[in-house]
Amino acid sequence: MDGILLGVLFALIAYGMALQWGVMNIINIAQGDLVILGGYIAYFMYLYGIHPAWGVIVSPIIMYFVGIGIYKLVINKVVDRDLFISILATFGISILFMQLMNFAFGADVVLATSGYGTTMLFDSNVVLPNSKIFSAVVSIVFAICLVIYMKKSKLGRAIRATAQNSRAAKILGVDTEKVYAATFGINAALCGVAGALISITFTIHPYMGLPYTIRSFMIVIVAGLGNLPGVAISGMGLGVFEEFADYILGTEFRIGSVFLLLVLILVYRRFKLSRKREYLK
Amino acid sequence: MNKNVVLYAGILIFGLAAPFIFPAFKVQLSILCVLIILAATWNIQGGEMGYNSFGNILFYGLGMYLCASVQVGMFFPLAEWTESGGEKTFVHTSAQFFQGMAVGLVVAAIVPTIVAGLIGYSILGLRGHYFAICTLGLGVAAGEISGGIEIIGAGQGFTTPPFPNIGGLEARGEFFYFLSFFALVLAFITIRAIYSTRFKLILNAIRDNEDKAEAMGIETMKYKIIGWMISAFFCGLAGGIMGGLVGYIDSTDVAFDGREMGVFMVLMAILGGKGTLWGPIIGATVFHIFKEGFWTFFLGWQYVALGILIVVIVIYFPEGIMGWLREKYPERFGEVVDEADRKAQVELK
Repeated sequence: MDGILLGVLFALIAYGMALQWGVMNIINIAQGDLVILGGYIAYFMYLYGIHPAWGVIVSPIIMYFVGIGIYKLVINKVVDRDLFISILATFGISILFMQLMNFAFGADVVLATSGYGTTMLFDSNVVLPNSKIFSAVVSIVFAICLVIYMKKSKLGRAIRATAQNSRAAKILGVDTEKVYAATFGINAALCGVAGALISITFTIHPYMGLPYTIRSFMIVIVAGLGNLPGVAISGMGLGVFEEFADYILGTEFRIGSVFLLLVLILVYRRFKLSRKREYLK
Repeated sequence: MNKNVVLYAGILIFGLAAPFIFPAFKVQLSILCVLIILAATWNIQGGEMGYNSFGNILFYGLGMYLCASVQVGMFFPLAEWTESGGEKTFVHTSAQFFQGMAVGLVVAAIVPTIVAGLIGYSILGLRGHYFAICTLGLGVAAGEISGGIEIIGAGQGFTTPPFPNIGGLEARGEFFYFLSFFALVLAFITIRAIYSTRFKLILNAIRDNEDKAEAMGIETMKYKIIGWMISAFFCGLAGGIMGGLVGYIDSTDVAFDGREMGVFMVLMAILGGKGTLWGPIIGATVFHIFKEGFWTFFLGWQYVALGILIVVIVIYFPEGIMGWLREKYPERFGEVVDEADRKAQVELK
């Protein structure tokens, strides 16, 4: 149960990654660091006496502008270049953010306490903290809103058009530059939501970004680009897997097993495709 | 041809004399040698083959742990050594130290090569960014897992045998400098030999278009694995030397340091210009000087500087110093590079 609630959060982050991967063809290594930054925003609100749940609203707004700032400074220079260049560039951003957060917020593990109680299910056999349920519900709400937005709004249509064929979209009068910026901003905002929720449910730490990046990457490659139900299901699957790995192997191997699982999934898919003499694209 | 002999002899003599010219920088110079090895061997599959790996750190860390474990394990029980930590109950005599180091380095070079061969078939089937992310995952997973293994110190780290008490710090510095310089010469000769054969052309063909290369009848997988194994060999060797040099192995901060060393080797090769013989060497030298400057003058801010440096290099110098020079001074550059090129061509014929 814990795993599923956790997985919903992962799925939210992964959806942001799938969005920008599909639209801009960029793999953002700094994804996890954006999540952590969002978490710190919520944590600061908590420090100033505001209930951290409000961070769910405030932090995406701030993160949207952070995202656009990053796009304007760095990403628009690497967007149509080799993918490896963008990986390296975002890796640089990731290191930068990690260290800046370390300076700004200190290297301690922090947690914004929400003060929600726990819920007992099935004669107290299953104990669920309400904060986890809250975060899962909020993530689902945000995901649904985003899907509707992408389907209905003008910008959403422009984003989808750019994802399908950026050159054609440009010819038909879509300002792709703006679409890219908006995509990156939306992605950062999603990270902000997820980060705020993580700071309520779990703990945040400046160096914890990279595992979130890898998790969302993993979910996306398992589910495929633009396959939202797949993202949700594989997110939950990953959450459950992690809880089991934590329980069976011990906490010190938790992160290691996530990374190992990534390698195994990639290798599995590679062998499956190589029978048809194809490869992952 | 004559000019090259002079050039190489000059570099060799300078290399041999360097610790006596700059006695204060012996350790830095040995680290530089290790960095050059890492960058130049990354370039084999990153630059020439087009397989951008973040995972060579796996072999580096593996070599580091293996060398130290063999060096200890040959004479003393490993578990007790680890337990005793900083306070040494066992002391290596100098014969034991050098014997252990020699065997350790051989093991540190051979085992990663075998590992690369074994996992190569599965990993190298991935292409482009999937390969990059997969190897990134491998490196980090190795670090996290080795941090959970008790016998090599788990999270507390592992102390390598101290240098025997002969000649003090000076002798230690000289020993490690010449060791790493020797490894560098070995790596350089190997790489240069590879680059002047058909093997390099095959790697370039794989980089430019793997499907076509395969259609031309090249067994791409075989060559990819061989290329990766060569990288792994020297990464393991470099790791073993570095372990002895640093004297202390920590799973995520020293050995499987994907965040630093793993990125550094990529960065150095790109900075110098990937896909060239001299690029990674120049890149590593420039990078090391820069890095030491940052570390000294901006202590505490070094990672910020590093992050900015990565972004700037990647955005503005994707072709590296060699590529930039080629654009800026084609005629002057023509002389320099053509020499390297012509050399390769002469040897081809």
